[in-house]
Amino acid sequence: MKTSFPIIGMHCASCARLIERQMKKTPGVIDAAVNYGSEQASVEFDPTLCTVSTIAKSIESAGYKAIISSDRQKTPNDIKEEAKRTELADLKTKVIVSSILSILILLGSFPEWFPFVPPLLNNAYILLVLTSPVQFWVGWRFYQATWSGLKNRTASMDTLISVGTSAAFGFSLLTTLFSRQLAALGLPNIMYYDTAAVIITLILLGRFFEAKAKAHTSDAIKKLLHLQAKTARVVRNGEEINIPIKEVKIGDIIRVRPGEKIPVDGTITEGSSAIDESMVTGESMPVEKRSGEPVIGATMNKTGTFLFLSTKIGDETMLSRIVKMVSEAQSTRAPIQRLADVVSGYFVPIVLMLSVVTFLIWFDFGLPTQAFVNMIAVLIIACPCALGLATPTAIMVGTGRGAEYGVLIKDAAVLETAHKIDIAVFDKTGTLTRGKPSVTNIVPIGKTTENNLLILAASLEQGSEHALAEAIVLRAKKRKFHLSTMTTFESVAGHGVRGIVDGKPLTLGNRTFMKRESIPFTAHERTISTLESQGKTVMLLASGKQLLGLIAVADTLKDEAKEMVASLKKLHIETWMITGDHESTARAIAQQAGITHVLAGVLPQQKSDKIQELKQSGAHVVAFAGDGVNDAPALASADIGIAMGTGTDVAIESAGITLLNKDLRSIVTAVRLSKATLSIIKQNLFWAFAYNIVLVPVAAGLLYPITGWLLNPAIAAFAMAASSISVVGNSLRLKTASI
Amino acid sequence: MDKTIITTLGLATIGAIYWFFFGTKEESRIVSDHWDIAVQGGYKPAAIRIPHGKPAAITFTRTDPNTCLEEVVMSDFKIKKFLPINTPVTIPLSPAKKGIYEIHCGMNMFHGKIVAV
Repeated sequence: MKTSFPIIGMHCASCARLIERQMKKTPGVIDAAVNYGSEQASVEFDPTLCTVSTIAKSIESAGYKAIISSDRQKTPNDIKEEAKRTELADLKTKVIVSSILSILILLGSFPEWFPFVPPLLNNAYILLVLTSPVQFWVGWRFYQATWSGLKNRTASMDTLISVGTSAAFGFSLLTTLFSRQLAALGLPNIMYYDTAAVIITLILLGRFFEAKAKAHTSDAIKKLLHLQAKTARVVRNGEEINIPIKEVKIGDIIRVRPGEKIPVDGTITEGSSAIDESMVTGESMPVEKRSGEPVIGATMNKTGTFLFLSTKIGDETMLSRIVKMVSEAQSTRAPIQRLADVVSGYFVPIVLMLSVVTFLIWFDFGLPTQAFVNMIAVLIIACPCALGLATPTAIMVGTGRGAEYGVLIKDAAVLETAHKIDIAVFDKTGTLTRGKPSVTNIVPIGKTTENNLLILAASLEQGSEHALAEAIVLRAKKRKFHLSTMTTFESVAGHGVRGIVDGKPLTLGNRTFMKRESIPFTAHERTISTLESQGKTVMLLASGKQLLGLIAVADTLKDEAKEMVASLKKLHIETWMITGDHESTARAIAQQAGITHVLAGVLPQQKSDKIQELKQSGAHVVAFAGDGVNDAPALASADIGIAMGTGTDVAIESAGITLLNKDLRSIVTAVRLSKATLSIIKQNLFWAFAYNIVLVPVAAGLLYPITGWLLNPAIAAFAMAASSISVVGNSLRLKTASI
Repeated sequence: MDKTIITTLGLATIGAIYWFFFGTKEESRIVSDHWDIAVQGGYKPAAIRIPHGKPAAITFTRTDPNTCLEEVVMSDFKIKKFLPINTPVTIPLSPAKKGIYEIHCGMNMFHGKIVAV
């Protein structure tokens, strides 16, 4: 029998040889080969002598892991989820047992407060029996972590807890066993079983809630991963077959029916449909797609049935790239975190030393019993976790929230800088404008009406594939006009088109064409020049030798541009436009958008120099939004590069932010998201620092001489547990913050 | 007398804590493009040397159940990986420049470093 399975843990080709040898040594294995590159093992074995799992075990004994069938379907994410579930279940059991025992211990420890408790529970030995499982079974994880840390000469949160609770437990144990001897030495007969038990219970309860809350910080990635379709209906040998998505190849023709998910990225080859891309791009309206247009995997087909050619699969699909970008961004560190990073490196040893100082000061100058309690309180209250969680959790939720809006953020530094933008520069064509011409003016002449002019022009142009023709036909279709039939059609390159519509000979084109055809138009030269000065292309329509009217076509401003500029102004961000167009054309567009600063006549290669100049003139934080490949240098040289749309990799690679939905208003969303995230990070860092700076001295008893305040270690444990949860909880607020 | 003894012992403890955690730790001088790092109470070895400008791989094996260590982060390389317990996880790297790159756990409590030489 032959089988193959993936192997993990190999780090060089010699590992592959080692595994091969190991497998061959297994009784029943006939032949075995391991490919280091593909991390796959193929093995031939006699099933009567051994099984796949015995082979896997033998591989494991060599220090590697074979992923056999039951594991094979699991993604790394599934493995993580499973580990998290097991951990939560284990924590839950321990928290429940520990809580019950702690309540009993607490009731038994204070007979003066709880006189109704049976005297048996007040017995020191009974308390010892009740506390031991809490200390050593429930709290075992703290010892384990402390021990492995000490072996490495490092310390963590767990070190503080295990040292603190062990001190409380150890002292109580001595008191229980040797109460007489201690009394003879003049030491007080006090027990801290309740302290040890309550601390462990509360810290563990805190961990339980923290683990639950932390799981939600990566919800965005999980949501994205769940979008993926499981199967694809591929046309092979003329038959449609359902296959798992992993088996789809580039070049496959795939059928998608209404209500189905598009499995991979590709291009429509037959049919058309409205596609809901909101899950990937954040664009809320379904997009009409026809043959030749690209479709994105994991988006939802709404109305039509179509066939498409798969062009990108696996890690190359848009969804995979989004997931990769988001998870990469979540792994980066924000510069604001630097101080917390430095502090956390020294935190635990310093707290350990501080606790000894507390003990000494109280022992030498105060009450010896209080010295012990305060030392424990210092150990327990210190919370490095809150410092460690403050920034990353907010960054995780923030970048995830961005992805939901179709705003992809490259790294934490970008998210941190975006709120400081004070100049936003926009490339004109394709960024501020649609990048496609559309009809801007229809000027009828003589008795012709506007509608008539458009119908005639569109009827003539329906046979043409020119971008200007498309704009005219689209406008007529938008107005739901019925187009007349065209009988003969001729396209004259560089001039225009002519043909016969409803029996009338029509000519549509530029001035040169009119001159060539001897059609008089000079009476309208002023109108034509005015339109041209606005950056528009003017076409003249004539019937025979009589001019019927003018149609001006131009690349127009995106609908949302004006609103975006106004919103940015409200955020005190200056807007600039950069373009290679002439000053007058550029100004006309800028004015429509409400942009006051224009950099016209800039060659593509000069764009990045202009951005540099702006950055240096008065220490501005400059954002540049562009979409083309030639924008890449400018995107890279800006403080924040914003790439528009699903555009190609070069622009996205150079940009800090990518707007998948191509909606300019998302720039405002990105700035607001950055502001919101930053304010959450600042709050988190403030609380995490303030918490430790204020409460550690209080626990040490610094306020005692002035106010008489001391901190009970159990309350310290509660505060400590609450601090981590509050930091994670505060970051989760970003999920619902209005942006 | 008691106070003197306790105070002396206490100060000695503080000194010991300082030495134990902040004293100089030995660093290996070996340069290799394949490293196995044991994740147990930190990263062992905590400092590794890899050549720059070439692909290298680090295999992390976490045997410590402490959830603090369940994620390894190398922000300079935009890497954050979950380390399932007792399962080796190999991470490929190729530092383009010489320098020190940090390794730390998800909560930034445990630290290690990669020195690209």
